Amino acid sequence: MKIGVLALQGAVAEHMKSIEKTGAEAVAVKQTHQLKDIQGLIIPGGESTTIGKLMRRYEFIEPIREFSAEKKPLFGTCAGLIVLAKEIEGGEEAHLGLMDIRVSRNAFGRQRESFETDLDVKGIDNPVRAVFIRAPLITSVGEGVEVLSTYRNEIVTAREGHMLVSSYHPELTDDFSLHQYFADMVRQSS
Amino acid sequence: METGTSRVKRGMAEMQKGGVIMDVMNAEQAKIAEAAGATAVMALERVPSDIRAAGGVARMADPTIIEEVMKVVSIPVMAKARIGHYVEAKVLESLGVDYLDESEVLTPADEVYHIDKREFTVPFVCGAKDLGEALRRIGEGASMIRTKGEPGTGNIVEAVRHMRLINSQIRKVGNMSKDELYAEAKNLGVPYDLLLEVHENGKLPVVNFAAGGVATPADAALMMHLGADGVFVGSGIFKSEYPEKFARAIVEATTHYTDYKLIAEVSKNIGTPMKGIEISKLTAAERMSDRGW
Repeated sequence: MKIGVLALQGAVAEHMKSIEKTGAEAVAVKQTHQLKDIQGLIIPGGESTTIGKLMRRYEFIEPIREFSAEKKPLFGTCAGLIVLAKEIEGGEEAHLGLMDIRVSRNAFGRQRESFETDLDVKGIDNPVRAVFIRAPLITSVGEGVEVLSTYRNEIVTAREGHMLVSSYHPELTDDFSLHQYFADMVRQSS
Repeated sequence: METGTSRVKRGMAEMQKGGVIMDVMNAEQAKIAEAAGATAVMALERVPSDIRAAGGVARMADPTIIEEVMKVVSIPVMAKARIGHYVEAKVLESLGVDYLDESEVLTPADEVYHIDKREFTVPFVCGAKDLGEALRRIGEGASMIRTKGEPGTGNIVEAVRHMRLINSQIRKVGNMSKDELYAEAKNLGVPYDLLLEVHENGKLPVVNFAAGGVATPADAALMMHLGADGVFVGSGIFKSEYPEKFARAIVEATTHYTDYKLIAEVSKNIGTPMKGIEISKLTAAERMSDRGW
């Protein structure tokens, strides 16, 4: 089983390491034709405006939408969550616009307000160590979206069918349980 | 809930990987940089080549410029404090700057001690010419390293020298036996535990960017080829003929640094780069890379 990480900008290597811990093979996806060889795709953390721009410039938008239309699993962390969302607060144009969530960017403040904490995530037995870096928040979700965890009553992990998002960085810790959860989604879909 | 942990500070730099961080002097330039795809901007009063031209003491920027830049962009904003200038760094942290650069581009405030960066909530990036400097800065709490290069020259040769040296020293440390590491730690003047980490992982414990002299898309791609995690561009963008085109071309060349056809394509019709300076024409006093130790 191969899981890709969109490798335009951001924390790609960390995700690849976490994927490999689940036993799946990790692929850095730099070109659209590579989407054919993978069963699931992670859109990593980075700067969402940069990743969004590079996705448009290298024509990734439509191929990823097609990938999603085949119900192949997608996992967006931090910037990846923003890229997947249908609606971004503040008038910014949506990027992939696939997941029925509304997000607020840099919702916790600037870097000095960034933090880490333990989170209970539905479907995962142990608490997940979550690193929030200039993190976004999910301010509302559509009907088909299941909330998997909240932090101070704000939604930070959610799933809609084959799509999973977290506003924090599971790839920056040694705990790969959220990657395991995603790998199981990929295994069940293929 | 913990803020300012080393994971949070180093993680912030991880998110910049594969990206370009651009020097900007006002809100308008910051918007151009963000639109071109910069992953962060460095808010400054003057870019390094202007600092060279102006002479005198270079200090932290006027807070008005930094606040103006923070207001108009959603990407992270960095700012520079003088080496050893604890108060400039605290002032910048209080403004809400996302990343501090304890930088040799400014005139050092202390000729012996760098800032103790561990007690700050905001992360620091520091320049390094070799592995010893890099690990000393990390020991003091830096969460990101960049080559010093020779800022404001538009000449890539020093950045290449520093990146090559750091990487060859990392390879050498990787091949040492464990008992040799103690002597090497003493030799380099670095904490033993950090050297052990380099020995075990074959890389620095934090992200390592290229900086100091990047003037063209091909320069940026060359630094990526040599193993940089990303690129800082100082004077290179807003001292070029068409900054918007230049900024975009440098971002693309950094992302696709092995796609030479693409680099050729983005290098077309972007106007003249900044005028460069031959390093041997600089006097010892004019070399910024010798500041810091």
